[in-house]
Amino acid sequence: MSTVLDSLSGIVGERWVRTAGPALDTYASDGLPTINSPPRAVVIPGNRDEVIAVVRTLAAANVPFVARGAGTGLSGGAVGNDASVVIALTRLNRIISVDTVNRRATVEPGVVNARLSDATRPHGLHYAPDPSSQAACTIGGNVAENAGGPHCLKYGVTSNHILELEVVLPDGELITLGSPAGEPWGPDLVGLFVGSEGMFGIATRITVRLLPIPGSIRTLLADFSSVRQAGEAVSAVIASGIMPAALEMMDQSCVQVVEASIYAAGYPTDAAAVLLAEFDGESEAAVDAESAQIAQILQANGARSVRTATTAADRARLWQGRKKAFGALGRISPDLVVQDAVVPRSALPDVLDEIAAIAKRYRIRVSNVFHAGDGNLHPNLSFDGRNADERRRVEEAAGAIMEACIAAGGTITGEHGVGSDKLRYMPLIFDAETLTVMRDTRLAWDPAGLANPGKVVPIHACREWHAGGRARKAVA
Amino acid sequence: MSGAELTIERRVRSLLGPDGVVDTNPAGVPRVAPRTTEACALILEAAASHGWHVRLGGGSRWTSDDAPADLTLSTRGLTRVTRVSPPDLMATAEAGIRWSELKRALADHGAWLPWDPPGADRSLGSIIATGTAGPLRSGFGSVRDHLLGLTLVTGDGRIVRPGGQVVKNVAGFDLTRLAAGSFGAFGLITAVHLRLRSVPRADVTLARTGTRDELLQMAFAIRDAGEAPAALELASPGITGGSSWTLALRLVGSEAAVHEARRVAAGTAGKLEELAPADGAGFWNTLAENAARGEVTLRLGVLPAGLADALDLVTHHLDEECLTATIAGGAVRWTGAGSAGQLRLLRAAAAQRELPLTIERAPWDILSALGHFGAYREGVGRLVGSLRRVFDPTGVLVIPAGEG
Ligand SMILES: Cc1cc2nc3c(=O)[nH]c(=O)nc-3n(C[C@H](O)[C@H](O)[C@H](O)COP(=O)(O)OP(=O)(O)OC[C@H]3O[C@@H](n4cnc5c(N)ncnc54)[C@H](O)[C@@H]3O)c2cc1C
Repeated sequence: MSTVLDSLSGIVGERWVRTAGPALDTYASDGLPTINSPPRAVVIPGNRDEVIAVVRTLAAANVPFVARGAGTGLSGGAVGNDASVVIALTRLNRIISVDTVNRRATVEPGVVNARLSDATRPHGLHYAPDPSSQAACTIGGNVAENAGGPHCLKYGVTSNHILELEVVLPDGELITLGSPAGEPWGPDLVGLFVGSEGMFGIATRITVRLLPIPGSIRTLLADFSSVRQAGEAVSAVIASGIMPAALEMMDQSCVQVVEASIYAAGYPTDAAAVLLAEFDGESEAAVDAESAQIAQILQANGARSVRTATTAADRARLWQGRKKAFGALGRISPDLVVQDAVVPRSALPDVLDEIAAIAKRYRIRVSNVFHAGDGNLHPNLSFDGRNADERRRVEEAAGAIMEACIAAGGTITGEHGVGSDKLRYMPLIFDAETLTVMRDTRLAWDPAGLANPGKVVPIHACREWHAGGRARKAVA
Repeated sequence: MSGAELTIERRVRSLLGPDGVVDTNPAGVPRVAPRTTEACALILEAAASHGWHVRLGGGSRWTSDDAPADLTLSTRGLTRVTRVSPPDLMATAEAGIRWSELKRALADHGAWLPWDPPGADRSLGSIIATGTAGPLRSGFGSVRDHLLGLTLVTGDGRIVRPGGQVVKNVAGFDLTRLAAGSFGAFGLITAVHLRLRSVPRADVTLARTGTRDELLQMAFAIRDAGEAPAALELASPGITGGSSWTLALRLVGSEAAVHEARRVAAGTAGKLEELAPADGAGFWNTLAENAARGEVTLRLGVLPAGLADALDLVTHHLDEECLTATIAGGAVRWTGAGSAGQLRLLRAAAAQRELPLTIERAPWDILSALGHFGAYREGVGRLVGSLRRVFDPTGVLVIPAGEG
């Protein structure tokens, strides 16, 4: 390994290779607090050619590697171990071009999500996917996780916005996927790459679609005396045919934490749940009419009150609590697990009841703040990781919540990815045949299995480990 | 009919029992239409072990009838809509259902799939396998953007179920997107989970005629001024049956939003004529049918700024009889009769401009020579080949040579 590390220093310069000390600690975990595993080394290349050279060197020495953006991932995806090298992409942070006529931009993977929209705002354009971590997370990490965000309800998730990708394959070969206008050039390999969690190679250049910033926006805050009513109101809004730009829910536990924090947004703390609904469009008159209609629907479905924010300042205040909810929750206990699961919208009321029951059963504080319009839940489990019994209860409660969501016809992750955290749940939603094909799909990109090994597909659950299963077919 | 074919037919019959229909096509090739995914898997598993070459089809003649094969596997027996959930805005349907029937079944539930694929009454599976989107692509994205998950039978008869039934899902690799638009290279799609919308309250079509380039300018002005239209489509006279080019704008949504968008568009593009609702629907139907009426249909992925150039290119190499441009969706489509030589030259010229040209449908002699996609970009061919071997290890599925 030491000769490999010397070669890496030769490529990127000594100061961009870290092999010991606190520098490694930073890379020992991502946004998920329960995994802590320092890599053998961290290398921080300064450009694409250095990425290629680094990957070639590692491939030649058969050393596994883990691509890493900002490390805000919540499934342990960007974490390696003492046998692997982390390739941090934070220095590849140039916005290469903004094409306002065709509404697209080409960026390096380390560009921070919010920075891209900041740069395109003067042209009246923005990059629509807006994960709550957008002030920190990178476009490369968004591509790898297929990140979502509040406004993905109307505008779609990351994969709906990626047109072209330049990828360094795990053997160091550079390929380009997609095409300038987004039409696949052959099978849709851009679509396949997005969400591959760093296991298919490293994205070094990303061309994204930009959308016009809507001219008119209204944000509504509705509060409810029961979570069930709020869940039913969500279905009513969606059924109206008016597509909200965002439709977010926070339960009482979350509201109380937010209101006690510096991010207080003026949410009523006695409400069982609040809904934040946003409507946007080009014309003031139309957006007014639509939000008035929705306000009526919310009221008819049990909202105690509905407030409408029109000015940018009022809207920002309403959103602040939502956007900083994770931060506020992080302050009430030493540790916080942010869960991520999706259920059919119509199942929201029942599943929320069930989550409350699970919280009670395991004596864990669970606060819900989530993308209600998509049925994408984020139960937050607050705990003290120093207490082994509490840790165990959190593990069990998290598992029980997953099972409840699956039983309701849902899935185990809507936007945070599988990483290593959710490997164990994969066999609950995919059969052995499907998992085997997923694993083999990965091997088509990475025959040596060096790119972020051990994530996404639980190898033990694949077909040939099952007694009586068909033998694995030949794979190149 | 040769003895070998009879053997295949007999084998297939004994595998399926009452679980599917078996007949022979006019060329004497046995054709089987199983009624379940499992039966499809049995057929492909047998094909893999006996070395049969299988052509996949939906019965709507969208794949070349004349592709050489030992057996045709059709989705004609898979026509059920197994679930429509209006509150969740999702549906599950089998791949062989006709588009018109699916549309009707969804409408009965107040639900809508924002697709208007070129072609007359195609099967759902063929729309997905060929990734053919129509004018609504401008406002709602491509076919693949509406799929939540699917059931795929691989070339060697394994049943794979990526994705799920919920509208947001990042569990596992996105094999759904790989299968959609890959022209059957990775297996037979037997069922899909679809993401729906509510039937829009208002649905208005506005149109005007003029010269191609003046309409193109207007289209850009509309795009820059207003609400994102559901469709903003430029169509040649051969498509609409008119005497000059047509620019058509479709607005859907709430009454208020459509009203405002109509006002803005009128202010931008001058005399746009509003069609009566039935005429609007008729206009888009005619467009869809004519946009696939030739024996060859193809599409180019084009940036808005390159549309005029791309239209010129197709006109130069082929003709401008049946041409459409999806302004915001970044696509130019052509249909007609073209030779392999013409298409090869067009593709080469398009590739120089970084415009992928996908041949959606053509007689087999053209497809086998040119492929659906043509030469891949550097390094991509090897990757596609490796992926093909995962899904079709023994090469059962009939696809154009050089395409993996
Ligand atoms: C407070 C908070 C709020 C969040 N809110 C949201 C939200 O609303 N929606 C949402 O979707 N997520 C959210 N997340 C999760 C996280 O921010 C996203 O998953 C984000 O996309 C990760 O980006 P990153 O740059 O931090 O990637 P990292 O965490 O560094 O890496 C994530 C994965 O991407 C891979 N990767 C990184 N760069 C590349 C590359 N260039 N090529 C290939 N693979 C690469 C890594 O190997 C890893 O598997 C939130 C996280 C936090 C902490």
